Amino acid sequence: MKLDHKVVLITGAGGGIGQAAVRKFVAEGAKVMLADLTTEVTQLLVNELGADLCACVAVDVTQDDQVENMVNACVKTFGGIDVFVANAGVEGEIGDIMSTDVSNLDKVLAVNVRGVWLGLHYVIPVMRDGGGGSIMITSSGAGVQGSPNTACYNTSKHAVIGLMRCAALEVAQFGIRVNTVNPGAVETRMMTAIEDGFAQAGAGDFKALVEAGTPLGRYGQPDEIANMMVFLGSDDSSYCTGGVYMVDGGNST
Amino acid sequence: MTMTFDFKHKVVLITGAGGGLGYACAQAFAKAGAKIAITDISQEALDSAVADLQDTGAEVLGLLNDASDSADVNAMLDAIVARFGCLDIAVNNAGTATPLQEFHQVGEAEFDRVMGVNLKGVWLCMQAEIRQMLKQGSGRIVNMASATSRNTFPNASPYVTSKFAVAGLTRTVAVEYAERDIRINAICPGNVATPLVVSLVEDLSVLATKHAIKRLGTPEEVANGVMFLASDLSSFSTGSLLEVDGGWNAI
Repeated sequence: MKLDHKVVLITGAGGGIGQAAVRKFVAEGAKVMLADLTTEVTQLLVNELGADLCACVAVDVTQDDQVENMVNACVKTFGGIDVFVANAGVEGEIGDIMSTDVSNLDKVLAVNVRGVWLGLHYVIPVMRDGGGGSIMITSSGAGVQGSPNTACYNTSKHAVIGLMRCAALEVAQFGIRVNTVNPGAVETRMMTAIEDGFAQAGAGDFKALVEAGTPLGRYGQPDEIANMMVFLGSDDSSYCTGGVYMVDGGNST
Repeated sequence: MTMTFDFKHKVVLITGAGGGLGYACAQAFAKAGAKIAITDISQEALDSAVADLQDTGAEVLGLLNDASDSADVNAMLDAIVARFGCLDIAVNNAGTATPLQEFHQVGEAEFDRVMGVNLKGVWLCMQAEIRQMLKQGSGRIVNMASATSRNTFPNASPYVTSKFAVAGLTRTVAVEYAERDIRINAICPGNVATPLVVSLVEDLSVLATKHAIKRLGTPEEVANGVMFLASDLSSFSTGSLLEVDGGWNAI
């Protein structure tokens, strides 16, 4: 299998894409540390998939000490980290720049950018000492495109592409690869929240807008994003680093 | 579904598969159970590739073909359909380059030759392939773009121009057929020590420094990306450019 003998640490593991990715990673032979704000959802997944293959840890990725603790927990439980998926993210409030409070920007950047930076900060030395690894950051179609009413989110998802490129160049010498996965709209809780936000802000029918702008004409499924994560986590992608991997139904064309 | 590639009973065309990346793709698809049609402009390279693939037990159709010639390309598609009945996957890989030289010295004929194979060839092949795929109601196409579809390579202006164009062609045609179950993507490899690259560059170690990973890629690493895009694992990807470039793009 593609991830035999690999240990995967994933943040946002209880979310839509996170859960699908965890299932794929386990199916491909990996041991997985599931990190999320609480263990409410992740513990159920651990119970289902087996405590010999998975474990979970609570983390607020914006907090330095908690991220350090999460990384330590993974090393202690599974002996190292081969694949790190910095997947935790929030969409924030929907609204245009002039009517959005700056606290929304701070909150979104704290999770989506600071949280990823902290993850890299603590994971990279572990991977270096372990002889290498693969890191992927969940960016977004919003990481390469603009759209009205989601400026905080899009800013954060653009930012992690820059972060990824710098990290890729810094850590190639350690045998660590760093990439982003950029999903388009995917059938998840987050997307439902964005749809609701657009409706409340009077900004239109988000789902209809996205489907009309997506050549494949539909939302993606979490599994379709998870497939790319397995590819980038596996040795099949041994020459892939510093890259932006769109899985967006053609939306960014 | 685990991610081991399975192309059993699939009919796959790989152009320019007499050597290099195309041959690595042909090997990978053959290993995964596909029936394969391969083309090359050299009879010798083609015969040798067909023989080697047949030795592995693969079902192979070899076609001498000039991708820049529309009559040749249409005959290629007819031959594939006559032999296998359909075309599920096409990898438009045939490509060429000029010797490295400064832009002002490049001859017009050299420009035309590179664009003829690398751009017009992909254009013609995609037209023939898509006409067949529309009849079938589905298809998958992977075009061989390049890290130089987004990055510069001094003294290779015809090649870089052609590869930028292939990226645009891939993206726009992908949109046109997305709702008819024809997914079209491109792969963007960094430098690999293929016969083409070796013939153009004296010191391969200089090339390695262009990549964050500080080595050249292998044909197998590129084939892995092609297989991913050709498989149902990438069912939400169309019009995308998949980088297999050792971090060249990030520099």
